[in-house]
Amino acid sequence: MTGCERDSADAVIDKDGMDALITILAARGRTVVGPTVRDGAIILAEISGGAELPYGWGVELEAGRYRLVARDDGAAFAHSAGPQSWKTFLHPPRVREWSADRDADGTIVVTADDTPVPAYAFLGVRPCDLRAIAVQDRVLTGGRYGDSAYRRRRDGAFLVAVECTEPGATCFCVSMETGPAVGPGYDLALTEVLDGDGHRFLVRAGSGEGAAVLAELPSRAADSATRSAARDRVAEAADRMGRTMPLVDLRTLMRETLDAERWNDVTSRCLTCGNCTMVCPTCFCTTVEDVTDLTGDHAERWRHWESCFDRDFTHVPTGPVRDSPRSRYRQWATHKLGTWYDQFGSSGCVGCGRCIVWCPVGIDITEEAHALNRERGRSTAQEAG
Amino acid sequence: MPTDETPGGAPRRPTLAVWKFASCDGCQLTLLDCEDELLGIAEKVDISHFLEASSATAPGPYDLSLVEGSVTTPRDVERIRHVRAVSRRLVTIGACATAGGVQALRNYADVAEFQAVVYARPDYVAALATSTPIAAHVPVDFELRGCPIDRGQLLEVITAHLAGRTPGVPRHSVCFECKQRGTTCVTVAHGTPCLGPVTHAGCGALCPTMGRGCYGCFGPSDSTNLPAFVPLLRRDGMDTLDVVRVLRTFNTAAEEFDAASRDEEELR
Repeated sequence: MTGCERDSADAVIDKDGMDALITILAARGRTVVGPTVRDGAIILAEISGGAELPYGWGVELEAGRYRLVARDDGAAFAHSAGPQSWKTFLHPPRVREWSADRDADGTIVVTADDTPVPAYAFLGVRPCDLRAIAVQDRVLTGGRYGDSAYRRRRDGAFLVAVECTEPGATCFCVSMETGPAVGPGYDLALTEVLDGDGHRFLVRAGSGEGAAVLAELPSRAADSATRSAARDRVAEAADRMGRTMPLVDLRTLMRETLDAERWNDVTSRCLTCGNCTMVCPTCFCTTVEDVTDLTGDHAERWRHWESCFDRDFTHVPTGPVRDSPRSRYRQWATHKLGTWYDQFGSSGCVGCGRCIVWCPVGIDITEEAHALNRERGRSTAQEAG
Repeated sequence: MPTDETPGGAPRRPTLAVWKFASCDGCQLTLLDCEDELLGIAEKVDISHFLEASSATAPGPYDLSLVEGSVTTPRDVERIRHVRAVSRRLVTIGACATAGGVQALRNYADVAEFQAVVYARPDYVAALATSTPIAAHVPVDFELRGCPIDRGQLLEVITAHLAGRTPGVPRHSVCFECKQRGTTCVTVAHGTPCLGPVTHAGCGALCPTMGRGCYGCFGPSDSTNLPAFVPLLRRDGMDTLDVVRVLRTFNTAAEEFDAASRDEEELR
């Protein structure tokens, strides 16, 4: 539903308009997924009305720390990335690929899994996450061997992006050039504005279906005050990034620091628990598992998320290829920031900061990159001296 | 495995034996707890030795032995050798069999002293100074973790055995399971002490999903970093005694937990 970028007229909706948006998307047969408060966090879940959005909730983020906090302004989208990303829905943690049954005469019949794919509408896709979806599109469907199930979920998804006006202390989308303003790929884009003129959302359509949905919404023409307030809030957000990446070519930095002492330092802190890869909106690795039942006449192949931090991820008959925690952390970071370019033509990091927040011990990929950059500088200086 | 034939030429069902050492019986009860699948299991294997279920036993050797419990007496040492000798494939089930169980707390104390305090005739009691896992005594083909074991994983081990394949039992951390089922991290979001990052998966992240911290009943994962992890427990409110206690439960004698708890104790 995306890819048809055009300058359609913008409009303004209020909270009733937000309710209507959810109702209209649901009426179009879509499963609407958006942010909602559950278990002390703003998670992504199926929602049926605007009341389930996290109005009046924000988050405080730090390395290894996430806290839900009440906000006085009643904003719905003044929170940064939560514990999940949209890959939970587009690239689910566990899917059955096929099942096989053996008949009485010994014939084996294999049946591809045809569980219907929901037509999703994602409400509240951050610019960094919109880029992450584009990255996964490239990874999972860009090559010769596309993931058809991903493509079905993705092709059917309607994306309502929300520009970022409240970055977290762990955000660095400006460094990765993925936000806080929205990039291409959305069906609708919203910017939340709260000021003396009220609580409202500036809306633009980015696709034909987006324009059709926008036309159905109870809206009013965008006024210049709302437009400039929206622009200002996004511009201010860009100045409030909690983190930055070093201003160097990260791909080169990774290539030139493969033997850095810093990898030992970070490994002494890393738990190899895999959380960073699970929360990363671009990490895509999976493994397959074949299961049989007691009769041995029924088998299934399941695919589930896997992680380069799992020793068994690189298990071969002689043991794991990447056995040391050092080799596993380094693989993750250098792939994410470096070799991803060689493989997929872009960075694998979108600057959402989830890996920093949800690392129990708070390992910070930006801090590690800065440290590697400093170490490279010192060794270059020594060589020159 | 179901390839053997009886002398008459009919295919022979593999035989299953269940053995108990020092344990609470909870893990072998998990087999009886497979209510919907139990008849299916009984159709596929001859349950030849399972005293918890029936006093009728058939002689070995057995194709698959499930061993519950730890080795705590001189007689256990002899018996486990016998079990190994009569078993083609020996699978240990549960924290007692795989790590020594909660009874391995004795490893930190003087057993003779306990005996003197508790028993009128301590000389009647023949107990070893330590509680040790089965693998410390005989070769083990597969270890299934947990206190108790997970029913689904037990079925997986049995069905994998019947199909001649490796059981799909991941060895990574519980965090994988939280993330895959969409459970918000209780440590990061709430500051709740949780052993998940160093604990072996298998339970499906039962405790974090109920909003509480993992207490490590599946023992250490295959890739832990306790020195980096323990400071998290302290940050989230545990003192040295708390840390020692949380590490010294069902898997106290597991190498990684044991080493970390001894390090902590030195600080006291």
